[in-house]
Amino acid sequence: MPTILTPPEIRRPRRPDRDRVGEGDNGSGRRPPTDKRTGGNGDGDNWGDSPQGRHGPRERLSRARIGLFFALGGDMMFFVALISVFFVAKSSGHFDAYSRYINDWLPTSIPSILWLNTAVLLVSSVTAEAARRSMFREQDLMDEWIGLGRPISRRAALWLSTTLLLGSLFLAGQWVAWDQLAAQHVFFDSNASSHFFYLLTVTHAVHLFLGIAALVAALVMLARCRQLAKRQVAVDATVWYWHVMGILWVFLFILLEFCQ
Amino acid sequence: MPSTQAIPAALRFWHLPVDAAKHGHALDAQLLLNLWIALALVALAHVLLFGTLASRRRTHRPVHKFTLEYLPLAAFAALFIFLSVRAHSLWAMQRYVGAAPDALQVEVTGMQFAWYFRYPGADETFGRTQPQLVSPAEGNPVGIDPNDTHGKDDIVRSQLVLPAGREVDLTLRAIDVIHGFSVPEMRLKQNAVPGQTQHLHFTPQTPGDYAILCTQVCGLGHYRMQALLRVLPAAQFDAWLHQQEQQAAQQPGDPQ
Amino acid sequence: MSAPSQNLGAPSSRGFIALKWARIGKVARAIVSTHHRNIGFGYLTISTIAVILGTLLSWAMRVHLSWPDWQLPLHGPILPEEYLALVTMHGTLMLFFVLTVAPQSGFGNLILPAQLGARRMAFPRLNAIAMWTTAGALVVLLVAFFVPQGAPISGWTAYPPLSASALAGPGEGLGQDLWLFSLALFCIGGTISAVNLLTTIVKLRCDGMTWPRVPLTVWGWLTAALLSVMAFSVLLAALLLLFCDRHLGSSFFLPRGDFINSVLLPHRGSGSPLLWLHLFWFFGHPEVYIAILPGMGLTSMVIGNFAHRRVFAYRLMIVTTLLIGFLGILVWGHHMFVAGMNPFAGTAFAAASMAIAIPATAKVLSWIATAWRSRPSLTTPMLFALGFVSLFIAGGLTGPILAQPILDEYLHNTFFVVAHFHLIMAMAGIFGLYCATYYWFPLLAHGRILSERLGKWHFWLTLILAYTTFLPMYLGGLAGEPRHYSRLTGLNAPAQALLGSTQMIQLHITGAGIALGLAQLLFFINLILTLRSPRRAGPNPWFATTMEWAPHTFDEPTEPSKDLPALATFRGPCHYSEDGASFLPQWEPPPQQPASEGE
Ligand code: HEA
Ligand code: HEA
Ligand code: CUA
Ligand SMILES: [Cu+2]
Repeated sequence: MPTILTPPEIRRPRRPDRDRVGEGDNGSGRRPPTDKRTGGNGDGDNWGDSPQGRHGPRERLSRARIGLFFALGGDMMFFVALISVFFVAKSSGHFDAYSRYINDWLPTSIPSILWLNTAVLLVSSVTAEAARRSMFREQDLMDEWIGLGRPISRRAALWLSTTLLLGSLFLAGQWVAWDQLAAQHVFFDSNASSHFFYLLTVTHAVHLFLGIAALVAALVMLARCRQLAKRQVAVDATVWYWHVMGILWVFLFILLEFCQ
Repeated sequence: MPSTQAIPAALRFWHLPVDAAKHGHALDAQLLLNLWIALALVALAHVLLFGTLASRRRTHRPVHKFTLEYLPLAAFAALFIFLSVRAHSLWAMQRYVGAAPDALQVEVTGMQFAWYFRYPGADETFGRTQPQLVSPAEGNPVGIDPNDTHGKDDIVRSQLVLPAGREVDLTLRAIDVIHGFSVPEMRLKQNAVPGQTQHLHFTPQTPGDYAILCTQVCGLGHYRMQALLRVLPAAQFDAWLHQQEQQAAQQPGDPQ
Repeated sequence: MSAPSQNLGAPSSRGFIALKWARIGKVARAIVSTHHRNIGFGYLTISTIAVILGTLLSWAMRVHLSWPDWQLPLHGPILPEEYLALVTMHGTLMLFFVLTVAPQSGFGNLILPAQLGARRMAFPRLNAIAMWTTAGALVVLLVAFFVPQGAPISGWTAYPPLSASALAGPGEGLGQDLWLFSLALFCIGGTISAVNLLTTIVKLRCDGMTWPRVPLTVWGWLTAALLSVMAFSVLLAALLLLFCDRHLGSSFFLPRGDFINSVLLPHRGSGSPLLWLHLFWFFGHPEVYIAILPGMGLTSMVIGNFAHRRVFAYRLMIVTTLLIGFLGILVWGHHMFVAGMNPFAGTAFAAASMAIAIPATAKVLSWIATAWRSRPSLTTPMLFALGFVSLFIAGGLTGPILAQPILDEYLHNTFFVVAHFHLIMAMAGIFGLYCATYYWFPLLAHGRILSERLGKWHFWLTLILAYTTFLPMYLGGLAGEPRHYSRLTGLNAPAQALLGSTQMIQLHITGAGIALGLAQLLFFINLILTLRSPRRAGPNPWFATTMEWAPHTFDEPTEPSKDLPALATFRGPCHYSEDGASFLPQWEPPPQQPASEGE
């Protein structure tokens, strides 16, 4: 059989006797515990009725996803911090010499090309998802397993390169937006809101840059790596990262477009 | 004229300085209560710890969780709540309400590395200030704007003189970096943050000279950023203020 | 702290050369290795360097405080700004590079996988990257000493505007930039290593290692890692903003019309320094719990181990660990009661801080109850664990005092605070580290045990000197002595009258502090002697029950290989018979006739 038929989120293995084993259990005489609260990882693998072993690819896949989850959790805290500063700065003012309260927040007019960029990024997310799905198509899995070339890699590589293209397009678009602002003499240090426009867009662009690096890496793996499971993990993780960055951008865009 | 006030034994035991402010006694009471409780608990805990070291007998796992864990825990929770409530009432008394309208207005300005104190003068209003005008060298340390008439009679001094027994409303400002305005004998502390004004009100009671320290690291001169608080009996204070206003009439606010 | 390759007898000259090459090769392999043990040792090396430097700095600080005109050899008198630089670097080194690196990343890498019955960590390569990032951060930080104007003077909390403008003082130029850069690197490294730890805990627990059976040490590491992931990202954001303020002309933390050193900072938006305080302390308070949570977990397990009892109220211990972590996120404002924060907010943060005292108390009670009347075997690790409890109480009980805004108004930024955090963080944390070192040494040094005799001397000396050093700081603080004062002489008359009394205290602290540092030499002597001696203890010398002591957990080829027997867990930790004579380790398959004991 091929290594992975379906990613775990589509078909969950049965999880027998959840709550049998607890603190009080000192394992005396009983059948070794097969408590499944330990989240898909090893326990019970050797005697339980879960289909694959600990080093099984499904395990590796979910490990990568968990790691990504925590990493992105931290990353989101980073943006939460920036955004909360955004709202504070927006609402804060100062007292002038005549002790009048001045709120000198003048919104930066967002270049309309950002709408286009956003659309591009959303499309790229779709193509990325297509790539991810294609990594798990049983049809092709079978073909490859039987030895009919590597249809999976071919199809996924296609979708991934499209994503790569669209992603680079997005970055180019952002560049154009910065150019347009610069043409209007709106720079990072122009005023409070321009700080944030550049801060948020640039930090996000950096993240997308990493995403693009990941895409390239995934493409290389698709071409080089023999182990199917490794390729699946690489594509899967990259694509989830890409999705999150897309969603994050939508939030940032709404923030910059409507909440200034 | 140093303050000649006997320090109560309890304060001396804990190395606390005299307290010369109206709210000081209540604060000290709370502080001492806390300190004694903490001391007692540390002692008790160490009796128990050394007990475990000493006792060479092993008892069976004693009474169950409730008496050993949850009961004491509840007691501690009650203790912490009791202390918080007491502390909160004092905090609210000092901070939730502003100063009385008839309180003496003084503006405190911190800058690397000195304190300046401004009295509003006869017209009872502070003149406008502009940061770019700040210049101790030219005798305008807080940057009073010359073309604001209110500023003409303002009195700026490098030491804080206050009347005993009258409430004072301090307005804290900082020119450059954050400074910490602190008068240990008045049990007062409040940071002066550039870009915003803090209000702090209290009532000095015992006449005497007290130290004003900077308690927020603000640069290489942090340790020598001190000033003098002189609390005078009401009558003397009025005389002093009157005299200062005379001077101010000649040459507007330069410190001395 | 590298695995020793002595005790090969006296090799022939050729053999010697061979040995030499072998050793060099070994070092080289250790450097590129992605095995968690090598990485763990790497982290410990980092923090040992940091702790030694930090200690030397603290000596310089102490001597200067007592004899302000003392000439530092090869340097001359210590100027006020240099004193502040010392304090800043001391705090940064000790808090970040010692107490964050060693317990969490160091022992986390060395022991955590074994305690889970895992043979590897989730992301070995990332793990190595994180370690080298941290090492880089240390180097960058130390460079700050050697740039013009020297290291930053704004304290480890780096409040702007002092930290936001090179005008504000010496060390606020390149020095502060390097500090920022170093901490940014540290944040990235810390986050990566935390992600690796978390994934390992969630995914790589061996068969039967269910959540309720996970040792409290791991719960400590887990909570600390969760806090790291949250807090370091926020600090990174704050550092980025501060950097923008310094170099890109923004003003997130700079108010309008800030007039530093008779220069009016260019007109900008209206930022607020308080914003930095909020961001920093949102990180800062979790940070101090990151420093202590692993120690708490280890203390619990070690006390249970040597009291031969199940840790009292085990479940509650898990809950309180998580609760401390959770509440730790909500209390940051207690560092800002008098910093210009809204007094109502002050009350709210006070309440949260008081709340966090309750789980902490629960832990103390459980520690004491576990050891109480158990006739514990008083080995050095046990002593250090009990010392941890003692110091945690002595330092922790002043926490709730500081958490009362009205009292903090008097105590804020005095030596009372310095005493508080040196007892509960510095000393308790260091005791946690020593406990770990003495306890796990057989696993780390091929079965060698550190000398108990030297160890006991080391313990009692360190404990007594720790108290004689830091308890008097409470009194100094109560007398009103502020932090960050480079000297107490030459003040105006009332200040002299006020702080004069603390001079003697300071002198005493200096003496004790230096002695305390010197006492640590016993540890290093012990280390060297033991590493040289060929004597080996048997497996599991402490009769421990947790997985890391299972036979053949550690004597494996450093490259993880599949054919090793898969580990399995059959019960929770610390299963001792009621009389403490016999015990059932976690890895022991169930006996045929049910020997029912436990909770
Ligand atoms: C881990 C934290 C830690 C540790 C261990 C120490 C240790 C010491 N500290 Fe420090 N200190 C801080 C954290 C720490 N400090 C912080 C955060 C500040 C605030 C900085 C700021 O305000 O910006 C501070 C500030 C500070 C001040 C205040 C300065 C001021 O505000 O004016 C003083 C003054 O005396 C001081 C003194 C000392 C002394 C004498 C020691 C002595 O105890 C030193 C003796 C050393 C040891 C006992 C440790 C030996 C341990 C090992 C060798 C472990 C090795 C083992 C392994 C790695 C496995 N420290
Ligand atoms: C490991 C680090 C650590 C830990 C665990 C703590 C624990 C606590 N800290 Fe501390 N704290 C610091 C490190 C730490 N702190 C540092 C580094 C600073 C200074 C930062 C700076 O300004 O540079 C600081 C400063 C600090 C302040 C600000 C002081 C000021 O600047 O004005 C406050 C205020 O609320 C505070 C509160 C607390 C509280 C309520 C706890 C609680 O968690 C304490 C809980 C513990 C207990 C309550 C003890 C339990 C024991 C008992 C109850 C005894 C039981 C008795 C028997 C069984 C008989 N801390
Ligand atoms: Cu001003 Cu310190
Ligand atoms: Cu705190």
